[in-house]
Amino acid sequence: MKNKIFRGTPASPSIAIGKSFVYSPKQIVLSSMVEKKDITEELALFEKARNMALKQLRNLRVELKKASDPVSAKLIDVQMLFLQDPLFLNSVEKRIRTGKESAEKAIVNFSESLEKDFRDIPNSYISERYLDVKDIVERLLKNLREEETDNALGSYGDVMIAETFTASTVLQMSKAGVGGLIAEKGGRTSHFAILAEALNISAVVGANGVTEEIESGDEVIVDGISGVIVINPDEDTKRRFERKKEETNAIQKRFLKQKDLPATTIDGYSVDISANIELPIELPFIKKFGAKGVGLLRTEFLFLTSEDVPDEKEQYDFYLKVAESAYPDYVIMRTLDLGGDKVFKTKVQEENPFLGWRGVRFTLANEKIFKDQLRAMLKASAKGNVRILIPMVSQLEEIMRVKDMVEDIKIQLKKDGVAYDENIEIGAMVEIPSVPLMADFFSEVVDFFSIGTNDLTQYTLAVDRGNKNISSLFDQLDPSVIILMGMTVRKAHHKNKWVGICGDIAADVVAIPILIGMEMDELSLPPSFIPQIKNIIRGLSLKECKDLLEKAEKKRSASEVREFLKGEMLNRFPSLKNILVEVEND
Amino acid sequence: MLKKDAEIINSLGIHARPASMIVKLASAFDSRIELEKNNVKVNAKSIMGVLMLASEQGDKITIIADGKDEKKAVEALLELIEIRKFDEE
Repeated sequence: MKNKIFRGTPASPSIAIGKSFVYSPKQIVLSSMVEKKDITEELALFEKARNMALKQLRNLRVELKKASDPVSAKLIDVQMLFLQDPLFLNSVEKRIRTGKESAEKAIVNFSESLEKDFRDIPNSYISERYLDVKDIVERLLKNLREEETDNALGSYGDVMIAETFTASTVLQMSKAGVGGLIAEKGGRTSHFAILAEALNISAVVGANGVTEEIESGDEVIVDGISGVIVINPDEDTKRRFERKKEETNAIQKRFLKQKDLPATTIDGYSVDISANIELPIELPFIKKFGAKGVGLLRTEFLFLTSEDVPDEKEQYDFYLKVAESAYPDYVIMRTLDLGGDKVFKTKVQEENPFLGWRGVRFTLANEKIFKDQLRAMLKASAKGNVRILIPMVSQLEEIMRVKDMVEDIKIQLKKDGVAYDENIEIGAMVEIPSVPLMADFFSEVVDFFSIGTNDLTQYTLAVDRGNKNISSLFDQLDPSVIILMGMTVRKAHHKNKWVGICGDIAADVVAIPILIGMEMDELSLPPSFIPQIKNIIRGLSLKECKDLLEKAEKKRSASEVREFLKGEMLNRFPSLKNILVEVEND
Repeated sequence: MLKKDAEIINSLGIHARPASMIVKLASAFDSRIELEKNNVKVNAKSIMGVLMLASEQGDKITIIADGKDEKKAVEALLELIEIRKFDEE
């Protein structure tokens, strides 16, 4: 079928068009194993494959360190210990010597028996390490067969499709010149997705079921700006996306030259444009794309890619590095926004995880983890350019408890003679409608608000965006969401508190006039969008934005709002035409 | 031969990072070193072995060393497990 359209979450704003390669981790093929009789030869083969693997891992570790990814580099260390494990070496040797097995068969048999042992371990931190063993076994087998092993993927296409990717495969893809990736799982903040953006690979993630729709060799369009995937596009569609790709590149280049001009409207209203950041590899982007500091530093990656809960020192090192990269501008550090299942890697049974034990609800209940994080952030604030943001706030009480904790830590730090910012600002995420509704009271206890539009939309409309049957109901431009955002800004400004936005909407060109119209103080977005959004703001006036907001507020549905704003923006910025490409199934 | 009991104090038990610390430390000694928990004995120089002990917070394990530097080895491992707590605190 021509022009099959698929949608996922856009995760890296560029477009790739080309031949696809669907990657699935190889099953170990036993049929190619032959019993060999020459014991010395098999032992030598095993030793050669093992030394090769050690060398490959050392190289990979260097690559990962260069890409400022010390966490993945640490996982490589564990793999290298496996390769030197006496239990492993003795067992394989014994199988070859006395069992008369080929090197290949000895490795496979050993790993299968080990898998059973590991499966029985109830602690998932430990049992998951079997994945490392499996990784090594595959590497050894490829080395034995003298296959090309510099890449773990086997073969590359212009666009790689898989259930999910690891950080190291994304690095390898970048080196091999892969232009785009599609993943069934993951979100915009998945480790591999952020890495893809950092390496300028276009990416659409969370495209559930896509591997069943695409075959290797199919032509595919990956639009990491809108999240659209087109399989086997017809000539017309392909041309339109090629134009969008060229246009996007040209615009990005042009805007990049003006990146350091302020985001000030024609009539003099200024808004701070800052960057959403998570990985060390992204730090240079703050300056590269002209961001005014970091409006959202996510800290989940520290917890997800570590084998264990990172200690205060490890966190402090990272936070300090970010604060230094942004200095003298601010960094807003968000405390851990995860559920207990992700942190402890054990099942926490919840009927409704999205209405459950997440964010501040989890951290308040796990004082040690929370205190370590807050302490690390406070220590990184010594130069006065750090702010702390609390996620998943729904009650005033939560903020009070966090503030008490911060005060306790400050006293402790003072006693220890450690420097920190006495006036550090503490803000609440606006994700749950109770916060805008109660913003009068919240404004009395927080220093600022940051609106996370994805979750605010999800909790206002009760729509899970990942649920295909209802995802069409999800639109951040829903009138109810606009009302809640406006309410937050009005109530906060009334008490002289400031408001920022760190959700996807801040990177949505058509939403910009209403955000300016509300007099948002700060917009934080994925770095690569910054130059374009700043350029748009410089072409608008606060007066017309207020007018557009007023008109948008009279609309009755998200699609009416969107249609209206799109028309208005195309009138003002005709060059947006090629960027706001729409596709439909034939 | 020297035997000493150690209690796992760090909150997450002996997962990958502590296990690699044990293996690296144990490998620095010539003595044969084993860890024992619930009658299961593993080689302390094997990462797979140490992981398979699946030791959690509160578990007691026995360090058994046999060789010329057995005293030093047992002391060093005890320090890592009980005093340094794998540098986690």
